[in-house]
Amino acid sequence: MNLSNNPLLWVTFLPLAGALLVALLPDARRSWIRWTAMAAALATFAASLWLLAGFDPSSGQMQMVIQVPWLRVAGISIDFALGVDGITLLMVLLTAFLVPLAMLSAWSGVRERVKGFMILFLLLETGLIGVFLALDLVLFYIFWEFTLVPMYFLIGLWGYSRRIYAALKFFIFTMFGSLLMLLAIIFMGLQAGTFNYTDLLAQRELFAGAQLWLFFAFALAFAIKVPMFPLHTWLPDAHVEAPTAGSVILAGIMLKMGAYGFLRYNLPLFPEATLRAAPWLAGLAVVGILYGAATAFAQKDAKRLVAYSSVSHLGFVMLGIFALTQQSVAGGVLQMVNHGLSTGALFLVVGMLYERRHTRDMAAYGGIWKVVPVLGALMLAVVLSSAALPGTNGFVGEFTILLGSFGAPALGTPWFAGLATVGVILAAVYLLHLYERLFLGPLTHEENRQMPDLNLREVLILVPILVMVFWIGLYPQPFLDLINPSVETLLQSVLPAAVAMH
Amino acid sequence: MTAETLFPLVPWVVLIPLAGILINLLAGRALGERGVGLVASLAALGSFAVSVLLAVGLAQQPEGQSLLLARWMSIGSLNVDWAFRVDTLSVTMMLVVSGVGTLIHIYSIGYMHDDTRHNGDPARFRRFFLYLNLFIAAMMVLVSADNYLMMFVGWEGVGLCSYLLIGFWFEKGEAGLGNARAAKKAFVVNRIGDLGFLIAMFTMFWAFGSLSFGEVLPRAAEAAPAVLLAITLFFLLAVTGKSAQLPLFTWLPDAMAGPTPVSALIHAATMVTAGVYLVARSLPIFAAAPAAQSAVLWVGALTALFAATIAVAQTDIKRVLAFSTISQLGFMVAAVGMGAVVAGMFHLITHAFFKALLFLGAGSVILGMERGHERHAQAHDGHHGGFDPQDMRFMGGLRSRMPVTFWVYLIGGLALAGVAPLSGFFSKDEILAAAEQVSPAVFVVLLIAALLTAFYVARQLALVFFGQGRSEAARAATESSPVITVPLGILAALAAVGGALNLPGSHLLGDWLHHTVEPLVEAGFNPLTAGIALVIALAGLGLGWLLYGRSPLTRAEEPDPLAVRLKGLFTWLRRKWYVDEIYNALFVTPYTRLSQMLAGPVDQGLIDGVVNGAGGMARLLGNLGRSLQNGYVRSYALIMLVGVALIFTFLLAR
Repeated sequence: MNLSNNPLLWVTFLPLAGALLVALLPDARRSWIRWTAMAAALATFAASLWLLAGFDPSSGQMQMVIQVPWLRVAGISIDFALGVDGITLLMVLLTAFLVPLAMLSAWSGVRERVKGFMILFLLLETGLIGVFLALDLVLFYIFWEFTLVPMYFLIGLWGYSRRIYAALKFFIFTMFGSLLMLLAIIFMGLQAGTFNYTDLLAQRELFAGAQLWLFFAFALAFAIKVPMFPLHTWLPDAHVEAPTAGSVILAGIMLKMGAYGFLRYNLPLFPEATLRAAPWLAGLAVVGILYGAATAFAQKDAKRLVAYSSVSHLGFVMLGIFALTQQSVAGGVLQMVNHGLSTGALFLVVGMLYERRHTRDMAAYGGIWKVVPVLGALMLAVVLSSAALPGTNGFVGEFTILLGSFGAPALGTPWFAGLATVGVILAAVYLLHLYERLFLGPLTHEENRQMPDLNLREVLILVPILVMVFWIGLYPQPFLDLINPSVETLLQSVLPAAVAMH
Repeated sequence: MTAETLFPLVPWVVLIPLAGILINLLAGRALGERGVGLVASLAALGSFAVSVLLAVGLAQQPEGQSLLLARWMSIGSLNVDWAFRVDTLSVTMMLVVSGVGTLIHIYSIGYMHDDTRHNGDPARFRRFFLYLNLFIAAMMVLVSADNYLMMFVGWEGVGLCSYLLIGFWFEKGEAGLGNARAAKKAFVVNRIGDLGFLIAMFTMFWAFGSLSFGEVLPRAAEAAPAVLLAITLFFLLAVTGKSAQLPLFTWLPDAMAGPTPVSALIHAATMVTAGVYLVARSLPIFAAAPAAQSAVLWVGALTALFAATIAVAQTDIKRVLAFSTISQLGFMVAAVGMGAVVAGMFHLITHAFFKALLFLGAGSVILGMERGHERHAQAHDGHHGGFDPQDMRFMGGLRSRMPVTFWVYLIGGLALAGVAPLSGFFSKDEILAAAEQVSPAVFVVLLIAALLTAFYVARQLALVFFGQGRSEAARAATESSPVITVPLGILAALAAVGGALNLPGSHLLGDWLHHTVEPLVEAGFNPLTAGIALVIALAGLGLGWLLYGRSPLTRAEEPDPLAVRLKGLFTWLRRKWYVDEIYNALFVTPYTRLSQMLAGPVDQGLIDGVVNGAGGMARLLGNLGRSLQNGYVRSYALIMLVGVALIFTFLLAR
């Protein structure tokens, strides 16, 4: 096996190499640091496209698998194992796509300790991509926990006034969730004598007796990360205090780690528990959709509003996953990408406003469309995509989720999807409210009259995202072609258990 | 040119307006006002030309065709395409949308030139035409779609355009936020309807395995009655949203905040008729669910009456027309609810003519009033506060100041009232004739609505055009320019002779639509019904004339003659039966309170409180533990002793 031409390694470790390179640069050379980091991020994106080019979309199996023995603990081998299927691939592409854009948004937002910022950012990217690609549970856990560290510092060092509280809360909350998962991983490793994902999957009967508990241990870790109601309260604090680039990655990718974890681990490893838990988790998801939407509507801080909207949007993803139909799960995966794009863009715009006015209080704005027409128009497109207007990405995702969930046998009733559809109305309420408070009405604050419109760099950040928004909205089939076979494979490994159970 | 070569042109009905957007977006600044208006109007005209070619193709091959453009989404058994449907029903809608649309584009060149100056931002001229072309594109998607999901793209797309255009002057209106709020209200209320559309589609998919017309409609009767009832009732919810029927009509009156051409195009002639089109298109499903049919019928009939009662008491020239539109949409919805598809579509077309005419006429009046106001203000140095160019109480006597506008308005008004031989007479009569066959109760309700219609038409004509001007602005008003009056003239001609489309005996439209939909009720021309309808119309007009025309008001402050007679009831009518207030109290305020309670006490108090409490507990335990680790050997020894003693006790006690 020639590892050097396996794109998985490159895409995982290019950011790390970039971080090392940046570390060697002198602190004062800020633009060298920025461009080196950007080059590393772009190289990673290129590697992700290489990965895409080498991927066979007709198969739903793990591809380009790397598997080398790494450590032995208590006689059990821990492998360095990576692999990619359609779901993973989309997550990696999303990560590699968003990181350079987020980095570009920090061009002016982060002026101090640029070097540290860029190093942490690249380390974070390696961690995130590792989480998605890992095919060994210990390796997965290491990457999973590893992402906490750079994000902790990004919030704690470059955040706003209550950053220490928020960073600590973020860290402890997610750490707490992961501990039970670690116990479950160790338990499974001891039972099966391996931590390798593929081997564990093949021997899942070995721990089938304990699967309700194991499911719960994994689910807790993932549900906190998603976050699912009522485990979401770390999110608004973390978002509000994080620098823009941090928020983009946090919402755009880190939350997807949770949903991805459910898909990759909970569903195939514990199929019977999945079916048993499905209505409960779907129920929590629906509560999250409505609750997140209602709470978002009451926020005065634009960033908090967007943060709560994530709770609502991720509720759709979770509903899709636990409805366990081909359409709902595929829609859920697509919606993970969509949320990364749309909410990422919302955070970017709020960040751009913050840089101009140094406040996130919506009352400080109003009527600024007149002053910043380009920003106003782009924000409108972003808002509409988040509100799932047909023709944008959000619609394809939410529609397929709801359609798939409506008649889902695993849920047994259309009520879950029916109530969730109310969330589509509520999304329009809080998003148009946000847009109105910021951009419409008369110009109420004199100091906003001089607000500069977007510069070229900012346009370059938003335009690629909007291209994706409309691409997925109008012609999602290439993305669905990546998703479909993997979801099929996934559901085939879950649903026969349903037959066995009944 | 054969059908085979003509039908594949259908994507261009959407693509040409999109091209117009692209050109104006990229080159609009260089083109200038005239260029922008020309490009946008040509784009609409291009769409119309393609529609005409499609109609030519249909004349040869009336059964039409479905054309696949691209696969949209495919997941498992879900397959949805970007596919177009060319048949007599869809092409009829295309002709109306792009035809009326083109006229309104041309009119808008003149109207928006003035309007952007009155509102102090000429730079927004281009934006208006971008939105208008986007609307044509979205509306064309709606009517040309071959499946429900693509139709939904147009359905919400026109909703977006409606949002953008209602909020076109987003810094104006009550407290500067009125227009933005009206736009938001329109979008949100429509989304409530869209929930119905979505759930109907979900139900349809799980029952039929498809969302395409070709697969669902022929098999409609196969599904279980409960499924059909669910689909149709949820579609009805969608109809009440988009076509402003009870109970979701409240957004349409507020939508008058948009510039007047928008009110004419979107909120009268085209978008709001989408609900009628939806029912007409889905007729096989409705036909299989009789209960839903009567629900549609009654929603339509009651809306027709309800909105007409409100229209008689409004003072804003556009609001009268808005409630009139709701009422007339009620007629159409009732018609398609009965299964009288031809009658419903016929009225949809004639209404598009005469109501677009009335709105554009009202726009001309408003511009005339604004010009009069400005001339007067220049002559007398300074503005009057609180001048409202749309308030009919300040108008009067415009017949002589704006003769062209008066005559076309008169034609539109009489067509709306249903006076023979204008178009509205024939189409409304077909609906009434069908109602008379289906349900006497509905027939009576619609007749009363027709009476009120004629009454408010007479009231409006009298208040606006007759008597003496009741403000300086009205006395100094001037006629509009040809770019405005020429489209008015064309629409007036259409409103006058549009009845010829389906004259008794010829049934041009009926035969045309038969190729696509088979009406459940065939409403022939009934001389008796027609006579009754005409008498009712003339009675309404006469009554209105008695109250408002015989001794016209002379001062704006004079009380409305109807108010004098109806007293308290008039206030209810003017305040729109307080429906907005009721909805605010029932939904808006409780939801706002709920969300505040969830965000505050529940989220930050309870849920986050538990989290922080858990954190605090950990700290407490930590502190407790720390106090044990005090570094004194003697206390460690004591603890050990206690521990050993406890263990022994435990072991012994077993």
